Amino acid sequence: MNAPLLRTEALSKSFTLHLRGGLRLPVLGGVDLSVEAGECVVLSGPSGAGKSTLLRSLYGNYRADTGRILVRHLGRTVDIASADPRTILAVRHHTMAYVSQFLRVVPRVPALDIVAEALLGRGPSPEAAREQAAALLLSLNIPRRLHGIPPATFSGGEQQRVNLARGFITGHPILLLDEPTASLDADNRAVVVRMIQDAKARGTAIVAICHDLDVRDLIADRLFPVAPYREAA
Amino acid sequence: MNDDPILAARGLTLSFGVIPALLNVDVDLWLGEILAIVGESGSGKTTLLNVLSGQLRPQSGIVTYRDPEGAAHDVHAMPPPMLRTLQRSDWGFVHQDPRRSLRMNVSAGGNVGERLMARGARHYGDIRAQALDWLEQVEIDADRIDDLPRTFSGGMLQRLQIARTLVTHPRLVFMDEPTGGLDVSVQARLLDLIRTLVARLGVAVVLVTHDIAVARLLGHRIAVMQRGRVVETGLTDQVLDDPRHPYTQLLVSSVLQA
Repeated sequence: MNAPLLRTEALSKSFTLHLRGGLRLPVLGGVDLSVEAGECVVLSGPSGAGKSTLLRSLYGNYRADTGRILVRHLGRTVDIASADPRTILAVRHHTMAYVSQFLRVVPRVPALDIVAEALLGRGPSPEAAREQAAALLLSLNIPRRLHGIPPATFSGGEQQRVNLARGFITGHPILLLDEPTASLDADNRAVVVRMIQDAKARGTAIVAICHDLDVRDLIADRLFPVAPYREAA
Repeated sequence: MNDDPILAARGLTLSFGVIPALLNVDVDLWLGEILAIVGESGSGKTTLLNVLSGQLRPQSGIVTYRDPEGAAHDVHAMPPPMLRTLQRSDWGFVHQDPRRSLRMNVSAGGNVGERLMARGARHYGDIRAQALDWLEQVEIDADRIDDLPRTFSGGMLQRLQIARTLVTHPRLVFMDEPTGGLDVSVQARLLDLIRTLVARLGVAVVLVTHDIAVARLLGHRIAVMQRGRVVETGLTDQVLDDPRHPYTQLLVSSVLQA
């Protein structure tokens, strides 16, 4: 059996809303998730159950209350829940990528550069990075005439594909995908499904949120149920 | 990766009369990263910048700068000539008002070349070539090189200040509201320029801003200040997406969505 690339131990996460009189919202409790190389685990559960919170916690975007998030990073194990900011940035650079549901656009930066930028500092020359980015955007049906335009004016589906290109181009060993096909038509869904399957074949460990049952069946090796969390009274 | 911070501050405290401007503030900064310091007016962020850059002496606490050879220097115990040399070469300062660091009666090219000359450059042709190269990098037309800055727009002045600051390849740059007072479209262009140049040059930046969107776009890490204290610090996306301190929650929830 392979050692997992990503594993959580008794992960819990709550939010304390100080502007609402200190209201405390427990979201995750006692989460033990384990994902191996080449495996795609899809988080399942109703809206509001905490799937996105779990995914963001894995990435270190949300800060866990207790428990550990163990990631195999450059031959050692890092606990995201207790790592310092620079270590988390290094894990994000080399090991773990996150594709959010919506592209956070940087003003004035063209689609091609948003994708190519992810490759800089990893070996490819700027020209090679731009060529790879253009090829990936084309395979995602983003035509060349859009490559030089900042995606702020793109449709939701086009923005999502730029976002996916940025997440997939680097070949990170661990991928976190939040609704990767939510705003896509059937053709583009099929392209993304194939990209996910190819990534799995290369040994990428994937955690995804995916409400589309057809897509889910095509990519998931296993479902991981996330239920609305109730703390013991 | 070099694991010693280029700049480290411990226990910085400073009061103006009875008003505490800094209370026991710690800061660490590494090469290649941008630390954004956010907070509202009067939170102490500009005071902190001035103390870190040696322009204002704290009542207690220490600021340590590590030079390229790895030697540590107490910024506030340095002989003044040494501090001035640092500020002219290894360090840079980008003010909100570019007129504070530009010389308005000297040409654009002269403003950029002057900093090279202050560091010992003497060959006129080289200096002019580098000035021209930097004007291009900050997207100022080459044919404006001999124009006086007072003929420039606000956004151009700010880009000229950035060229003047970066021409000596500083290792550490202090920025005080670099996009403050500019039109939004000009601001976006400047932010992208700062982001690209800083990433390419691998410098360390302390960036003071009251604008959360600017901090999110540029900052690797963020420190939130309120009444002279750092109330929350961490990865920028962590602190802004999952704020813990009541003041950070108020700050984040008050941002208008465009």
